[in-house]
Amino acid sequence: MARAVIDGREIVFAEGEKILWAALREGIYIPHLCALEGMDLPFGGCRLCLVEIGPGEGARVTAACSEPLREGLVVRTDSARIAALRRMAFELIMTTHEIDCKNCAGRKKCALIKTAAFLKLRLEPSRFRSVLRQRPVDDSHALFVFDGKKCVKCGRCVVTCEKRGKSFLTFAGRGFATEVATFDGLPLAEVCGEACRECVEVCPTGALFFKEKKREKPEAKGPDSKAVAQAGEL
Amino acid sequence: MTPQPYGEDGYRKLKKQSLLTFKEKWQGDFPKIFVGTATCGISVGALEVFEAFTKELASHGIKGEIIKVGCLGICFAEPLVYIKKDDNPTICYQNLKKEDVPRLVYSYLLEDDPCFDLALGTLELKDGIPFIPELERFEREERIILRQAGYLDPEDIRDYLACGGYEGLERALSLTGGEIIEELRISGLRGLGGAGFPTGVKWEECVRANGSTKYLICNGDEGDPGAFMDRVILESSPHQVIEGMAIAAYAIGAARGYVYIRSEYPLAIERFSQALAQAREAGLLGRDILGRGFDFDLRVFPGAGAFICGESTALMYSIEGRRPMPRVRPPHSVLEGLFRLPTLLNNVKTFSCIPPIILKGGDWFSRIGTESSKGTTVFALAGKVKQAGLAEVAMGTTFREVIYNIGGGIKNDRALKAIQVGGPSGGCIPAGFVDTPVDFDSLKALGSMVGSGGLIVLDEDTCMVDLARYFVAFSQSESCGKCTFCRIGTNHLLFLLEEIARGQAAPEDIAVLEELSHNIALGSLCGLGQTAPNPVLTTLRYFRDEYLAHINEKRCPALVCKELVSYYIEPELCRRSCEHCVLKCPTRAIGADERNIKVINQAECVGCGICLDVCPPEYRAVRKVSPKIKGI
Repeated sequence: MARAVIDGREIVFAEGEKILWAALREGIYIPHLCALEGMDLPFGGCRLCLVEIGPGEGARVTAACSEPLREGLVVRTDSARIAALRRMAFELIMTTHEIDCKNCAGRKKCALIKTAAFLKLRLEPSRFRSVLRQRPVDDSHALFVFDGKKCVKCGRCVVTCEKRGKSFLTFAGRGFATEVATFDGLPLAEVCGEACRECVEVCPTGALFFKEKKREKPEAKGPDSKAVAQAGEL
Repeated sequence: MTPQPYGEDGYRKLKKQSLLTFKEKWQGDFPKIFVGTATCGISVGALEVFEAFTKELASHGIKGEIIKVGCLGICFAEPLVYIKKDDNPTICYQNLKKEDVPRLVYSYLLEDDPCFDLALGTLELKDGIPFIPELERFEREERIILRQAGYLDPEDIRDYLACGGYEGLERALSLTGGEIIEELRISGLRGLGGAGFPTGVKWEECVRANGSTKYLICNGDEGDPGAFMDRVILESSPHQVIEGMAIAAYAIGAARGYVYIRSEYPLAIERFSQALAQAREAGLLGRDILGRGFDFDLRVFPGAGAFICGESTALMYSIEGRRPMPRVRPPHSVLEGLFRLPTLLNNVKTFSCIPPIILKGGDWFSRIGTESSKGTTVFALAGKVKQAGLAEVAMGTTFREVIYNIGGGIKNDRALKAIQVGGPSGGCIPAGFVDTPVDFDSLKALGSMVGSGGLIVLDEDTCMVDLARYFVAFSQSESCGKCTFCRIGTNHLLFLLEEIARGQAAPEDIAVLEELSHNIALGSLCGLGQTAPNPVLTTLRYFRDEYLAHINEKRCPALVCKELVSYYIEPELCRRSCEHCVLKCPTRAIGADERNIKVINQAECVGCGICLDVCPPEYRAVRKVSPKIKGI
């Protein structure tokens, strides 16, 4: 077994293992949103798992989900530079996510709440205004709903669907207008008649959720994300 | 293996025949008219000029040949025509219109007056008119990549063969792959697609990659605003790219290759496809090339219409039929590229350098350029420069030579303010660095990059905030949307720049702008995101005072940002009886005071600038001012 160092701690890893999974196994938490274990070519889009590799001054920033460990590699997850990058990435993501935790079906397993708690940040971005794109909710499917306003384009559903050889869900558009969509924007029920549910299972932000779990909106109240963030921290 | 219609013998025969026809073409008895017909020439009427010549020759019953050639790279002079008559030197005519053709045909071809008023110069030496390679422009240039552009008929392989074409391939086939790569290492050639990675090292890595099937790709997805050299090469001398690729394929052991050309270049696609067919027929592609048992074939892949397709991994996904989103590395594409097989990807210009390096040796090439950057680079000169066009110069040439000696200086003799090199990925370099020798490393040190080679000349009328905003808007709309920093980060970057341009930003926004830019550069997944903030970072570095003027004084020093500029009529200069501005103002914002001097009602003015345009030049009473005038 080969050895590498993460945050000063020596760890043992298997050939080809990526930094993220080895660190998590060793109890060193690295925030991550899009990473799916077992992918040999990770998506690498969320940029929350950035770490530094290499010694001192010459350290290079790289994504922990895609960088394999090598013998003797020195990894830092706790430098000031990484902290700033993580914070920025998280704030940017939150400017495109509808913060409505009270009425969100995904709040229990929400990766955003978990990340905010770990980074000790509020859910609302402090330096940037919300640039949420309004999109209609697609509840045409018998089993689940897709709410694009919650989607952070982590691509987990797209990758999962593609892995099953289906690609019902895919990316469309470019630039800031990039979104997860069906072919030609057709209603989900028209493209996906299946009951596989895998996309819903992997969604980290409650953009895809099961119908029976959807709560009725009691009244339109503002989000209380600070409380939620604190709750997540506990 | 099925033998080719031409084996090696067939190729020799064709080569011999080509030399004869080429000689005939340039030295035969009757006049020859060469018309530059790359997209640049065609767009300003080269085909009409071509038609006009055909008609005129027919109507006068003159025996002559009209030949379409590629582009010489002197865009400001298009449409460009060279005429070879009798023993006279070949005269090059600039900005020729179809209306000029009858006079030219009559005076020069029938009589003997070469119409010097239309001429730019001659291709050979002759007293009286400047000799083109002696024009300052050509004297300063060092042409390796553009060596044949504009001299050859791109639609006829025989022209290329007659000028030493495919001799590099011939020589390469007598070497081993290792020897070829060694020659490249000696040459010091670095990838000319922008990043400047040593070509020899890349090839070597691909050779060492596991697997017997390897792919070769030429990146011709030239998407930077302001860059057009790859198009000119593909349209003017496609065979040099084919030859370079065949040598590369032989060296790394690839049997198939793709030439990825952006769909916006239909003529390049057409000419390149035609060149491929001719090369195949000549036994220079396909099975058993030149009878040496080497198989290689190529196909053109029209690009998918997105800037991001120029990123190597996105380009490969695009060929695979997938959405072109760059992927994480490792693995690098030399090890796992197209269809997850080892793939060597180089730019059009890089492949163009290969044949001369193989023919003349790596030593020869390494003597051109600077210590760290060998050879030449091609700049696409555009913007506020007098003579826009392509300039191929040795690495280490200064901006001053490129802009003033080759480009003829700044339009309207205004002052140079800055140079934007490398398009949206590059940076803005202030005029103070005009004497910097240009190479990969000097530009990097200045915060820019050679990139695509687009070189946009900016004069005093350019607002740096507006410039950064333009390029960020481009990168933002062309982001693939995969990673957070590029998709969302550049969007906020754009918002901030727009706020600054509107005078709505706060002083602390500069720090946010800076941190956001640094983080986008550090944290983005691919080259597009990593370089997208370069225009912002360099303008902040060199023109910070302009940002501060916008924020603190609500003033745009270059008088560009519309929200910060007012139009004002100087009472002393206004001619009372003149009503030009009043009559043309679309919002009727201009009135007159008791002395009949015109006054703009600022509340009604929408800042269209028509009053400035129509105010007669003898008065010049309308001025732009910043900050905005409050009230009436």
